[in-house]
Amino acid sequence: MNKSKSNRIVVLGVLAFLMVAVGCKKKETAPPPPPPPKPVSATLSANPTSIQAGQSATLTWSTEYATDVALDGNKVDPSGSQTVSPTQTTTYHLTAKGAAGTQEATTEVAVAPRATPTPTPTPTPTVTDDQLFAQTLKDVYFDYDKADLRPDAQQMLAQAAQTIKQKGWRVQIEGNCDDRGSTEYNLSLGEHRADSAKQALLQAGVGADAIKTISYGKEKPQCTEANEECWQKNRRDHFTLLH
Amino acid sequence: MLKAKRIGTGKSFINLNFMLLGAIMLCGFMSAAAQDRIKIELNMGQERPRIAVPDFKAANGDPQTGPLNTVFNQVLWNDLDNAGIFDMVAKSFYPGQTPGQPNELNAKVWGDPPPNAGVLTFGNVGVNSGKVEVQGWLYDVKNPGAPQILGKQYKEDATPDMARVIAHRFADEIIARLGSGINGIAESQIYFVSNRSGNKEIWSMDYDGANQKQITKLGSIALSPRISPDGSRLAFSGLTRDSWQIMMYSMDLGRTVAFPRNSGDNFSPAWASDGTKIAFSSSMHSGLSEIFIAEASGAGVRRLSTGKGDVSPVFNPKTNGQIAWVSGRTGLPQIYVMDADGSNVQRMTDQGYAVSPAWSPNGLLLAFAWVRNYGPGVLGGSDIYLMDIASRQIIQLTHDGGRNDFPSWSPDGRHIVFQSNRSGTEQIWSVLADGTHLQQLTRQGRNSQPNWSFK
Repeated sequence: MNKSKSNRIVVLGVLAFLMVAVGCKKKETAPPPPPPPKPVSATLSANPTSIQAGQSATLTWSTEYATDVALDGNKVDPSGSQTVSPTQTTTYHLTAKGAAGTQEATTEVAVAPRATPTPTPTPTPTVTDDQLFAQTLKDVYFDYDKADLRPDAQQMLAQAAQTIKQKGWRVQIEGNCDDRGSTEYNLSLGEHRADSAKQALLQAGVGADAIKTISYGKEKPQCTEANEECWQKNRRDHFTLLH
Repeated sequence: MLKAKRIGTGKSFINLNFMLLGAIMLCGFMSAAAQDRIKIELNMGQERPRIAVPDFKAANGDPQTGPLNTVFNQVLWNDLDNAGIFDMVAKSFYPGQTPGQPNELNAKVWGDPPPNAGVLTFGNVGVNSGKVEVQGWLYDVKNPGAPQILGKQYKEDATPDMARVIAHRFADEIIARLGSGINGIAESQIYFVSNRSGNKEIWSMDYDGANQKQITKLGSIALSPRISPDGSRLAFSGLTRDSWQIMMYSMDLGRTVAFPRNSGDNFSPAWASDGTKIAFSSSMHSGLSEIFIAEASGAGVRRLSTGKGDVSPVFNPKTNGQIAWVSGRTGLPQIYVMDADGSNVQRMTDQGYAVSPAWSPNGLLLAFAWVRNYGPGVLGGSDIYLMDIASRQIIQLTHDGGRNDFPSWSPDGRHIVFQSNRSGTEQIWSVLADGTHLQQLTRQGRNSQPNWSFK
């Protein structure tokens, strides 16, 4: 912007303002001869001048001989500071009005797009216990009318036992059956399936107080179609973290 | 379908026996003597009175008389037909004139062929100032003097429900006199599990499927209803926040009443027939399901079995000295019997997948659900079977190939109610214990685990 030109415009504006003001206050006593007005000054700076999205910068400004100071149209103290968090590169305008005229100052805060999050800060602090639990204790599956753990399930439970002990978790084991057996017998079969996982955890050193079992029999199926794929999904122990 | 054909109302006693024999012989693993024995144990081996049941007459022209008379006639016919102890004379053989009062009776036309009835019931139904009044008689029309066996009068509020109730009462009066001293079941109730409210709750209905009503409002899952012998309390298994517990609903108070909790999962309750004891399955001791017994109050819990997969206990209702139950201790579930103190364990079935024992009221028979020919890839149908306990002879009651489970005996020991998916979804069905008179009792939602009241 051409500063001298803008100053001229401002001066003209102020003169016009004064003429109007004088015109409105005709009946008041005539003004004393005006002392020569002190020139208005304004400075505005940002720190830092460039940020990443989501970060913030501090705007600091000061003025002299100004009666009316606005930052981007909002009235502010003659001197002060303010924190801003622009999401894109932004130019801030300070307008200081005084008897001798108006002074403007601008500053820019450059915003860089958010960097892809670096892997380092994320893992341990942001995984919740529930997420870790779900990763550690996945459903284990059973053969038809059987409550014996398959080898992969035994291995999973032996590993999970270490995390359970380390985290001090309390675990609920829920035994489930497919819908082909009889309602009441399936409750006892689900009980047996839950107990099989419990025994594996006990053997791996988890305390009995940390484990609770329940059978849902065939009352809470994951899947309701009549085929082996679906039945297999329902013949399972599911684990939940007790809070 | 059942292999034994539905008995036509005009068929004679000899025909019935022939068909029964045929049905039983098809099962192929039972001697004639054992068949007779089971038939006698079902109280169905005796000669069946041949009964004529003409419609009761309208006693007056009240606008309510007609509809209530229709309800009454239908229910009375069904009750006597369902009873399984009568040879029902087909209506096409009836003379043109039917009596509404004894002075209108011409006994000879009923006793002679073609009706050839042994006994005749008749009467009238009328509505007077909001009350339905019924007069009913039972006459021995074969006897030259045609003596009256029974004469009854009823007066209740003029509603279809009360017309049904009166018909049930009158039917039970007739059955009590002609049914070898065994009371009728027309006033009995069946409790069952239904999901039609959105989740599984306990419901009740009349023995013929009428008046289906929701009992529990647990809001989670309610299973295994068992009504107490006096009909005042309903035990069931309820899923609480953290476990299955035996729960108790008071039919008198209309709400669930306190019953002691046990640790672990507790389910499949059973009443002793004197109402003093409850047996149930619990994981409280070992983490696996075992059979326990307690006072009716739930106090004094004692463990009876030390198996795994022990569920579905049922008392011998004649003696309360024995309990039949299901155990998975050797693999697939089988039926076992023990003394009520846990001693003298006997295995009753030796193959397949056998569950849901139900002990007949006279103590002589076990009904149970059996996938008899179970094998890898051969998940055959589960059917209902009857076992004569003393001889261990078995007859097959259903032959449907679908899944039939949870048999429960009627108080007269002549009927069995069970769940079946033969119609496509799980529904409640009843059948005479000789395999005839198969009837579907529920149609709405999915319905399971029927339990017939003790009386």
